[in-house]
This record gives sequence, structure tokens and C-alpha cells, in this order.
Amino acid sequence: MHPAFSVVFFTTATGAGYGLLALLGVLGGFQIIPLDFWLGFIGMGLALGLIVAGLLSSTGHLGRPERAWRAFSQWRSSWLSREGVASVTTFIPAGLFGIGWVFFGSSGGWVTVAGLLTACGAVVTVCTTGMIYASLKPIAQWHSRFTLPGYLIFSAMTGSVILNALLQGFGRGSTAILAFSLLLVLLGWGWKLATWRYNDALEIPTNANTATGLAGGTVRTLEWPHTEENYLLKEMGFRIARKHSARLRQITQCVAFALPVFLLAATFTLPWPFATAASLLAAIVQFAGMLVERWLFFAEAKHTVTLYYGR
Amino acid sequence: MTCLPSQSGKKLGLVIDLDTCVGCQACVTACKEWNTGGHMAPLTDIDPYGGHVDGVWFNRVHSYEHTTEMGGRTVNFPRSCLHCETPACVTVCPTGASYKRASDGIVLIDEDKCIGCKLCSWACPYGAREFDTDVGVMKKCTLCVDRIYNDNLAEEDRVPACVAACPTSARHFGDLGDPQSAVSQLVAERGGVDLMPELGYRPTNKYLPPRAHTTRAASVAAPALEPVRAEGGFLGWVDRMLSN
Repeated sequence: MHPAFSVVFFTTATGAGYGLLALLGVLGGFQIIPLDFWLGFIGMGLALGLIVAGLLSSTGHLGRPERAWRAFSQWRSSWLSREGVASVTTFIPAGLFGIGWVFFGSSGGWVTVAGLLTACGAVVTVCTTGMIYASLKPIAQWHSRFTLPGYLIFSAMTGSVILNALLQGFGRGSTAILAFSLLLVLLGWGWKLATWRYNDALEIPTNANTATGLAGGTVRTLEWPHTEENYLLKEMGFRIARKHSARLRQITQCVAFALPVFLLAATFTLPWPFATAASLLAAIVQFAGMLVERWLFFAEAKHTVTLYYGR
Repeated sequence: MTCLPSQSGKKLGLVIDLDTCVGCQACVTACKEWNTGGHMAPLTDIDPYGGHVDGVWFNRVHSYEHTTEMGGRTVNFPRSCLHCETPACVTVCPTGASYKRASDGIVLIDEDKCIGCKLCSWACPYGAREFDTDVGVMKKCTLCVDRIYNDNLAEEDRVPACVAACPTSARHFGDLGDPQSAVSQLVAERGGVDLMPELGYRPTNKYLPPRAHTTRAASVAAPALEPVRAEGGFLGWVDRMLSN
């Protein structure tokens, strides 16, 4: 599948944004994160900023973005429509929580309820994003039990690493949250390795025989219907990543998981300014690494239409 | 709504005979000619006379070599929308632009509602939908909905353009929901198959596999040339001299 940058950035940014938003909603609502105007302001601003930037980026993928409002109508059948509805609905409790927690400096009561509703909305939205991909049968690498948990884990992972960086930056670092984010990075790393292992061993029942209805023997492409690449090949016959997939997987492992693990572990032992720097660096490096991971998620996925082209 | 409608039982579609298709591309050009002025018009061509030709086509003919223990043969394979009974391209549509008609099962796109998110083309395993980069919306085969019900055409012309154009009658149009229809009978008689049945999209269009190889026919090939044997004597000497 062609990895359009608008969609790669969209899923990575909103994943991190909703992860951070959910954690702020729960931890802020229950006063586990101390009340601090600037911490709350920048935290909520970062979470909502990532979400808005991602959603705006996703409209860049559309052929007719001025009609995007229509996408809220088919929530009964379409995961993409559900994602639109869930993402916009989540802004309501998120806005209330932000006002209560950041501007009124209060938690408990309705602010806690708004925080919890925000977290629920964030989780639901990430689920709908994951289901867009997990529900597509023609793409076996996506239509698997690894896709939806992957989106949830990576969202929580990137969100918690950013939250840790934020707390460290305000000198309010918490060992518990640092350990939590470190564990999530390890979980994410393990999940990605398991996903690749599963995809590499995947035996897809659909082949050139079932695609053409020609039973038995071998079906070899003699001639394409066209001499140049068409929409189908540009959009779904993307092959660059498969050529370099081993190297790109190494880059992903290194930048999205190994370096953040090292930097977060270093945060435990380093003194103040260095610990903060290591935490900030972990968040930035991981976001870049997750862009590579998401790029590979698209580029390594193989659509059944490529069977008609002998690819 | 993009939820699938309860069906009336009528399932209009095509039956494509892979035995008689000669890969002449007449259906491809007839489709383009009709539909670039039809329901989903235009079928935009990008850089049509340049080095990177691209454009929207509803029907594309591939050529394959199918090799079994009985031998090998060339199979020409037209590929277009199969008007599935459970089309995921319709249910994934976030705007309601894609829909399946309850009255005859044709899958269509309302171009005025399409936002060009391309998700329907990802959901179609057969590559039936092509994006028009110029207009910014998705396009697909309409089963010539503007021909088959068109009172302005003579009755024999009320078939899809690809069917009307086929010089070998490899394409048949009719109601596959009616077991008594000519197309249903043809499918039953020739063992018509679904494409990618394992994915569960339940395509309406059926493909008739090429007929089995036969051993009864007389061989029409020229006899093989006999190998030249190395000879002795004068002719052998001439042969060696000329071979040098």
C-alpha cells in the first residue's frame, strides 16, 4: 500500500495525542498528576494540538476535502465515519476537562467525570482508527488480530513517553510514570516484533488461481492491460519498502524502541538537567521512529489486486 | 446509508467466458467511449499522449499463461466491477456516496457525495475502483445503468457497452438472481466460478473457465524437423566444410 505522508502523520500524531489526552484525563482527574497551570496548559495544548494537526493532515489525503463534513453520516456501517464522529465528540469532554483542570485548577466532581469521559473517548477513537485497517480483508497484513491492539499499545506508549517528558520538564518527574512508560515501550517493541513474525509466516489463501478463477497449475502474467503504472499500482502496488524492509525494520527498532528504552532507563539514574534532556529526547526520537514504523505498516502491506499484476 | 439494502432478488451482472475471450480490448474501448460521456463522466485521461499515460478505466483485460499438467494456454481475462452481494467498498464509505441498489443490485457512486478518501478502493479486493485525480472522486463500472434502462435506445442495444462490443460473444448480461435466466443457465452449464470466493464478497459476476483440453482433435502442427546426423563420405565432408 502506498504510504501517503498525510495518513502516516495523521495516525502517528493522533495516536500520540489521544494517548496523552487519555492519560491526562485519568491521572489529572484523579489528582495523580499535581495541579499546575503551565503543566496542564502545555500538556492539554500538546495533546489537542497533535490531534488537530493529525486530523487536518488527514484531510490532505482527500480528493474533495471541502466535503469532509459528509464523513460524519455513515457511522452505522463505516469505521472511518465512526472515527470521525468519535474524534469530534471527544473534544466536548476534553474541552470541559481542560477548562476545569487547567483554568479553574480543580479536580474531583465534574472535572473527574469529564476527565474519565475524555479518556473513554480517546480510547474509542483509537479503536476506530485501528478497525479501519483491521477490517480490510484484501490486505492480510492488516486484517489480523495484531492490528487493533497494536494501535492501542502504540497510542498509550507514545502518549506516556510524552507525558513523562512533560513531567520531567516541569521538574515533577514521577518514578511510577517513568517506569510505566518504559514498560509500555518494551511492550510496544515486543508487539511489533510479534506482528512482523506473524506477517512473515502468513499463508494467504488468495492467490493468482483464485483471483482469476483458473483452477490448478500456475497462472503467470503475460501482459498487463496497460503499459504505464495506473492508480491501482500507484496506490496498492507499492514495492519500495518490501525491497528495503529488513533495513527499515532495523531503523524502526532502533529509533522507535531501543533508543527510547535506553534514554528512559538513563532518566532513572541521571541528575536533574540530564534526566530532563534524556526524557525529552526519548519522546522526540520515538515520534520520529513511529513515523518510520507507520510508513512501513503501509508500505509492507500487500493488497490482493497486486495478484492480477503478478506482483 | 451505506448499510447494504435488503435485496429484491434481482441481481444484474455479467458472465464472462474465458474460453472465447480473445483479448482484443474491444470491450475496454467501448466501455471508455460510452462511459466518458455517461453516468460517471468524464473518465479523465492524464497526459494521454505523453510518457506517463494514466487515466480512469472501468474495464481492463489482462493476459495470463495458465499451465497445468494438461499443457499451457493463454487466457485473456477481463477485470471489472463484480457488483458483489456483500460489497465492503459500500459499507466502508463514510459519506454514503457508495451504495448498492436494492432494485437490481448494481453498485454505484454518487459523485456529488464522494470526498475522495479512497478507502473503498482499498476495501475492493478486485481493483474495480479507480480514482480520478482530476475530479478528486472515485469512479467505477456502472453496469451501463444509463444504457440498460434507456428507452431512447433500440431494445437490442440496452446492454452494457462492453457486452454490445464483444466480437466473440464472450460477455453476457442478465439477471443472475433468476435461476431460469439465460445467464444463470449458462453459468450452471459451464461451471461458472466466483473470483476470490474465500474472501466472502459473493460477486454477482461469474467467470466461465476455459473448456478442458481435448485429445480428440487432429494435430494441426507441422511435423518436427528431423535432426541432421553426422555422416561419413563425401556428403559428410561437405557438411563439415560448410559447418566451419
